[in-house]
Amino acid sequence: MEVIVKNISKSYDKKKVLALSDISFEVNSGELFGLIGPDGAGKTSLFRILATLLLPDEGSASLHGFDVVKSYKQIRKLLGYMPGKFSLYQDLTIEENLDFFATLFNTTIKENYDLIKDIYVQIEPFKNRRAGQLSGGMKQKLALCCALIHRPTILLLDEPTTGVDAVSRKEFWEMLKNLKKQGITILVSTPYMDEAMLCERIALIQNGSIMSIDTPQGIIDKYPYPLFAARADNMGKLLKDLRSSSLISSCNTFGDYHHICFVNDTYAKDIPDLKQDMIQLGNQNIEIKPIEPTIEDCFIQLMQK
Amino acid sequence: MEKKIVIKVENLVKAFGDFIAVDNISFEVYQGEIFGFLGANGAGKTTAMRMLCGLSTPTSGDAQIAGYDIYTNTEDIKKNIGYMSQKFSLYEDLTVKENIRFFAGVYGLDIKTIKRKSEELINTLGLNAEANKLVGSLPLGWKQKLAFSVAIIHEPKVVFLDEPTGGVDPVTRRQFWDMIYAASDKNITVFVTTHYMDEAEYCHRVSMMVDGKIEALDTPQGLKDTYHAQSMDQVFYQLARAATRSAD
Repeated sequence: MEVIVKNISKSYDKKKVLALSDISFEVNSGELFGLIGPDGAGKTSLFRILATLLLPDEGSASLHGFDVVKSYKQIRKLLGYMPGKFSLYQDLTIEENLDFFATLFNTTIKENYDLIKDIYVQIEPFKNRRAGQLSGGMKQKLALCCALIHRPTILLLDEPTTGVDAVSRKEFWEMLKNLKKQGITILVSTPYMDEAMLCERIALIQNGSIMSIDTPQGIIDKYPYPLFAARADNMGKLLKDLRSSSLISSCNTFGDYHHICFVNDTYAKDIPDLKQDMIQLGNQNIEIKPIEPTIEDCFIQLMQK
Repeated sequence: MEKKIVIKVENLVKAFGDFIAVDNISFEVYQGEIFGFLGANGAGKTTAMRMLCGLSTPTSGDAQIAGYDIYTNTEDIKKNIGYMSQKFSLYEDLTVKENIRFFAGVYGLDIKTIKRKSEELINTLGLNAEANKLVGSLPLGWKQKLAFSVAIIHEPKVVFLDEPTGGVDPVTRRQFWDMIYAASDKNITVFVTTHYMDEAEYCHRVSMMVDGKIEALDTPQGLKDTYHAQSMDQVFYQLARAATRSAD
């Protein structure tokens, strides 16, 4: 086990704010592990504890066999950490930042260039530009290069794709896949539920607690009810009508469909009945079909448990 | 019945030196419409929004917000719009009540109205127990819902929402959209940016900005038909990938 987290709890402001509540999980060597949850779920507190920047109130954690409290010095050598907030030197250029971080770890850009090459070539044309003058996407790539330049065994990425558009987010995940091939263990957090599918295993975290840990497919397979998608010409009206139907136990909007669960498991009868009810209420072109849940369906279901 | 135009933009340009951030955009937004303003980072969305809010003077072109000119009537515009973003919404070190009073005051409401509206709002959101607590101590989801309610407390003609749901949990995100629909039902025009492509589906019409230009503008279904896409995510991907400007 490369990362072991055991019963970690953390609170702030004299125990008034509970950030993490009895968190436990393990990450295998070379695994791409995702921590999925909204802002305020406790992701950053957990990452700061693992990065040896914050002490837990209770519990223990180790990285590569080293305890985060007792052996923090060893951990800092083998860990690459990209904080959620851009933390490079704004008044140094791209190249100066990278060189600075390489020097801190007693290495050179040249020595580990092969590891960052694929990412660095994208920003290399601007290597004399100051970090403060870079666009968000370029800052993100530079921060990743700086976190990698000492060839870490474990990489912690705290919300690397927050506020990044859909295209840049896809590119970033491609980069992570390539890093994984180099044998680096990657722990990444994100509030975007769709990114969960790109991880090998995920933990769904909310209000300081882990709700579920498994492969993305494993979490989907655990969804307790058959799920259906419904649409009609007027989606706003359909939503209101579905929510007031006694046949339906839950109804959530999902883009161009509403996802619904039935109260009873008599679908063969309930689906046509529901359609009839909806038509009577004035909905047109109604479609109801069975679907596989998404991670977001699972998250909502677990949150409301 | 003819739709009433609330935002009218004609050939709007904003240049910073030789960099054309917003490149000759034109569109109209109707009363009560939920208008999705999408684009990759660096496409020019924020610059365009700042001009529409009367915070930045255009290089050329014209625009009227709620009938007010963006060159000459910027103060009137500010009174007739609401604004909220994920990054800036409420003061964390003021209480719920203090925030409401402050923003309602800034939006020009009188003391009596503020008092009435404040009570209404706290009741509707179920924040009675939290009314005298600091906003910083509220969960993010509550903060965002409160921030939106405050942004429309003066019943503006238009509310601008800049990534209002970023990082918010999936249940609250959906409750937030219920509030957007309720505002639209009250004839408030909603101008919204988002990185969640499922939310693009909830808009009446969506524009896609690429390299400072509006590359596409239609209903979500219309866009999917035009670009032969199954989802708005695919539409966005096709359009944004063609961008030549470096992402911000």
